[in-house]
Amino acid sequence: MLNSKIPAGQLDLKWTDYKGHCKLVNPANKRKLEVIIVGTGLAGASAAASLGELGYKVKAFCFQDSPRRAHSIAAQGGINAAKNYQNDGDSVFRLFYDTIKGGDYRAREANVHRLAEVSANIIDQCVAQGVPLAREYGGLLSNRSFGGTQVQRTFYAAGQTGQQLLIGAYQALERQVALGNVTMYTRHEMLDVVLIKDKDKAGNEVGEAKCRGIVVRNLITGELERHFGHAVLLCSGGYGNVFYLSTNAMGSNVTAAWKAHRKGAYFGNPCYTQIHPTCIPVSGDHQSKLTLMSESLRNDGRIWVPKKQGDNRKPNEIPEEERDYYLERRYPAFGNLVPRDVASRAAKERCDAGYGVGSSKQAVYLDYANAIERYGKIECGKLGISNPSAEVIRKHGLDVVKEKYGNLFDMYEKITGENPYEVPMRIYPAVHYTMGGLWVDYELMTTVPGLYALGEANFSDHGANRLGASALMQGLADGYFVIPYTIGNYLADEISTKAISLDHPEFVKTEKDVRDRIEKLMNIKGSQSVESFHKRLGKIMWDKCGMARNEKGLQEAIVEIQQLKKEFWSDVRIPGGISEMNPELDKANRVADFIELGELMCKDALNRKESCGGHFREESQTDEGEAARNDAQFSYVSAWEFKGESDWQLHPEALNFEVAKPTQRSYK
Amino acid sequence: MKWSEFFTSSVGKKLVMAFTGLFLISFLIVHAGINACIWADLVDSNDNGEMFNKAAHFMGASYVIRIMEIGLFLGFFLHIIQGYMLEFKNRARRKQGYQVAMGSKGSAWYRKSMGLLGTLILLFLIIHIQDFWIPSRITYATTLGEVTYNNGAPIHDVFTKMLVVFSSGWVVVIYLLGCFSLCWHLLHGFQSSFRTVGVHNKKYVAMAKGAGIFFSIFISVVFALMPISIYYGWVNNN
Amino acid sequence: MEHYNMNLTLKVWRQKSSKEQGRFETYQVSDISSEMSFLEMIDVLNERLIKEGKDPIAFDHDCREGICGACSMYINGRPHGPWQANTTCQLHMRAYKDGDTIVVEPWRANSFPVIKDLVVDRTAFDRIVQAGGYISVNTGNAVDANAMLIEKDKADAAFAAAACIGCGACVAACKNSSAMLFLSAKVSHLALLPQGEPERKSRVLNMVQQMDKEGFGSCTFTEACEAVCPKEISVTNISRLNKEYIIAGLTEEK
Repeated sequence: MLNSKIPAGQLDLKWTDYKGHCKLVNPANKRKLEVIIVGTGLAGASAAASLGELGYKVKAFCFQDSPRRAHSIAAQGGINAAKNYQNDGDSVFRLFYDTIKGGDYRAREANVHRLAEVSANIIDQCVAQGVPLAREYGGLLSNRSFGGTQVQRTFYAAGQTGQQLLIGAYQALERQVALGNVTMYTRHEMLDVVLIKDKDKAGNEVGEAKCRGIVVRNLITGELERHFGHAVLLCSGGYGNVFYLSTNAMGSNVTAAWKAHRKGAYFGNPCYTQIHPTCIPVSGDHQSKLTLMSESLRNDGRIWVPKKQGDNRKPNEIPEEERDYYLERRYPAFGNLVPRDVASRAAKERCDAGYGVGSSKQAVYLDYANAIERYGKIECGKLGISNPSAEVIRKHGLDVVKEKYGNLFDMYEKITGENPYEVPMRIYPAVHYTMGGLWVDYELMTTVPGLYALGEANFSDHGANRLGASALMQGLADGYFVIPYTIGNYLADEISTKAISLDHPEFVKTEKDVRDRIEKLMNIKGSQSVESFHKRLGKIMWDKCGMARNEKGLQEAIVEIQQLKKEFWSDVRIPGGISEMNPELDKANRVADFIELGELMCKDALNRKESCGGHFREESQTDEGEAARNDAQFSYVSAWEFKGESDWQLHPEALNFEVAKPTQRSYK
Repeated sequence: MKWSEFFTSSVGKKLVMAFTGLFLISFLIVHAGINACIWADLVDSNDNGEMFNKAAHFMGASYVIRIMEIGLFLGFFLHIIQGYMLEFKNRARRKQGYQVAMGSKGSAWYRKSMGLLGTLILLFLIIHIQDFWIPSRITYATTLGEVTYNNGAPIHDVFTKMLVVFSSGWVVVIYLLGCFSLCWHLLHGFQSSFRTVGVHNKKYVAMAKGAGIFFSIFISVVFALMPISIYYGWVNNN
Repeated sequence: MEHYNMNLTLKVWRQKSSKEQGRFETYQVSDISSEMSFLEMIDVLNERLIKEGKDPIAFDHDCREGICGACSMYINGRPHGPWQANTTCQLHMRAYKDGDTIVVEPWRANSFPVIKDLVVDRTAFDRIVQAGGYISVNTGNAVDANAMLIEKDKADAAFAAAACIGCGACVAACKNSSAMLFLSAKVSHLALLPQGEPERKSRVLNMVQQMDKEGFGSCTFTEACEAVCPKEISVTNISRLNKEYIIAGLTEEK
């Protein structure tokens, strides 16, 4: 039975109570306790820095050449915090409520409330570290509204919020490295976790196996290394790359989480995937990744497709009355600002119906002509220009748009070669974030004792759909303000545990298993590249477990993935050797895990016969084609236990909403 | 931080270059000012180098100035030695070079050729010292004539020495090349020294840049005009 | 924008490991679409090499949207290729035409040793940050974020310096292999903010010392670094670093 360890008591006092009563470790003992952290994004770097500061002996691992390159760096928009600096009615409760509602009532109330509570501390901490968040002329922090919320609670640093926050955490981490509290291992990839049972005084094994270390591959030399830790934190990010094309970095992978899953950590809500509506569309088969355009573009841009199917005219040749502003038509209240999942599905619906634009017909227009004119008129008014010509209006409007969105427009032009000031941008939804991840309890511990998951790697805070600017908030909340308390509650009972020898049979066995798998992969010597398998997996996932899912498609996908897995393990070709830098081998290890995860995602999607957030089952929609949730049957977290190859058991964790009572989302 | 560390770090070494560079720039102004006295002959054709010879005598006779001269040599020495050491050290920072050089894709040629330009100036300096400084400070007994103005004590006739030296066309060409190298060296060196010593305010950087361009061209042209004026007889002894 | 296909000759630096000698290999690639990114073109070549049973070209890359700073190719004599304010991963093939020859080299500097092919070791940058590129504030120590007013211009200038992605193009472009643009960006970022004040002096002195230890050269203001910087970090920061260094060096009591 799953125990989520949610403290008893009133929702807004749970975290305070927990902090007041959790066990503590005294400083002398902290020095003896070793903590392993895998991944150095916002969650990992902030956890490593904070635990190092507390005095634990920390080892941090990342596959990149520097912790600063983790993909948190790519987040553009901002970070939410319930500061209410704008006096517009924000509060911890509102942030909590918006997050629960935005997650379509599929997240735990207690976790989300805690997230909202610590959100304000995050901003304080980051500013103290020197993160240059945007400011007003008076010297105070600036806020903007983001992702359709009604309050301005998003802090930002131009279009590089993720970078600035990560550099802040990275600097804190490097400071601990310099102080000797953290040892940093770059270009190291975790390939398995080591579980060991405690022994009693007589030397007999007792209790559940605890996570006591990891086996990693040095990506430069190919050597396998064993590392001991009293606890292991997985901060390894999301698994959007299971779709091959996503906004994730090329190296983002599920391997660390998946290895933990295979060793007993349950996987929560694997099917919840966020598809971001404003990405630059695929240009051809060569495409290796997709680029996100900040959601803020929808604040001023209008999205449309031609009213005629298969219209091949250039966008500027299509007259106003022949354009279909479908979001404004379908959702008059929210228009172009509907949440991500709604906007994405609407774009897919238009393209599938044959109204798509561009050479691939898998795109819609995001048009700024109207905004340029609107801003131009305002500017002319300010400047006192009476009866300005269309040209003058346009000129002034362009200046405003350039000032607000210049860097995004430049990025678009770099990639597509088109000038977005002249022609409407083409956009299409793309996989962006995975709300699912390792199941964790209130303390962020997985079902394996001593093994934790933080940030995007866990499932906990976003339910079925994440709000904009909340990912950075969650990663940093987990690392800076949650784990330093909750890990003590576990480690307080571990102070008598001595460092376990790396020659312990479990370490030896785990390393051998890893080595065997690598050798097996290398010895297949087949004919198809890793990349080609990854592409095929991505296509299956996108077509059948993407923006819209149905029973038949998911069942087909499961069969196809199983078939692909067989083919992969009999025909993949990995050049090079084991004892050297071999990016193809790294990739093969990751793709092998993605294939297994893909199957579980389809299983989960098949099981969840309702539409909620990022999960849209075609069988479950209203008469108007909107997502229909089924609270009576599916108000639970799906936690999947790995039983064997292609074999999982579902453990539902019921969700109780005591404060935020579920309602149907409506944006009409 | 110890003084030795302060001046020997990578930034410190550059500070030495910048400070000595700025010092040498101030010397150039004095040098050009004194030499410009030869043009008194253009105004008053009976000057015949009188004003210049008097100025040169003043520079040689005063002990204060002779002591400052030692400082000047020290400045040259430091600038040259440190310059070469930096150049060689910096070059050695990239043992394996590029197949395709960056060329002027990132910065203009002269900004990357301070070592070469400096070497050309050094070669010129050696010739120049041999032509004038050694005769007027060491071997004057045999190399310089003497003149007497207004019944005063006789002083060295450096002016006539100049007329002799610059009567040769190839010497004039060498001097022009020297001025040319100096111009490019200063074009980069002037503004770069200010930025090395920490001028970062946009207004002042713009000033340093503007002043640098003006100064580099002006001072080089002034110096170049001297051998030219003599070679073409604009300035003469009659 | 009209799309076109092209055939290219690539000369790529191949080196099996840091211990072995490297050399240039020439490859012909055909039917490259002008819509591809430069790295996707290398992907295409690598797929072919794998099919032919050869070792694919190793290169650093991750986000492929110009922010992580991993990609690091010196293309036809310029870090990150011909475009301004651009990373290798953002470079697209419409920058080239049919028949072009492209020479691809790794970053070259003693302090960035080649690990394999086009992959170099840039951990020296991390060690420079360890020497003082941070503000010493433990988690939980912070006061309210708005308790400290920061002039907008200063905050913006700090942000412009903090935009550095640590890719190392400045070192690769500099004739002296100097890391001063990188270092000065970090020093400026923290020196411009009041939070950085308490450690201002020790920070700059320690970081310069570490940079020297790593074997980077001196800055001679050729400005090649600024010209190739994907984030257009200004060399003005180097002047600011020098000022910080002078003040710290002259006034520090130790």
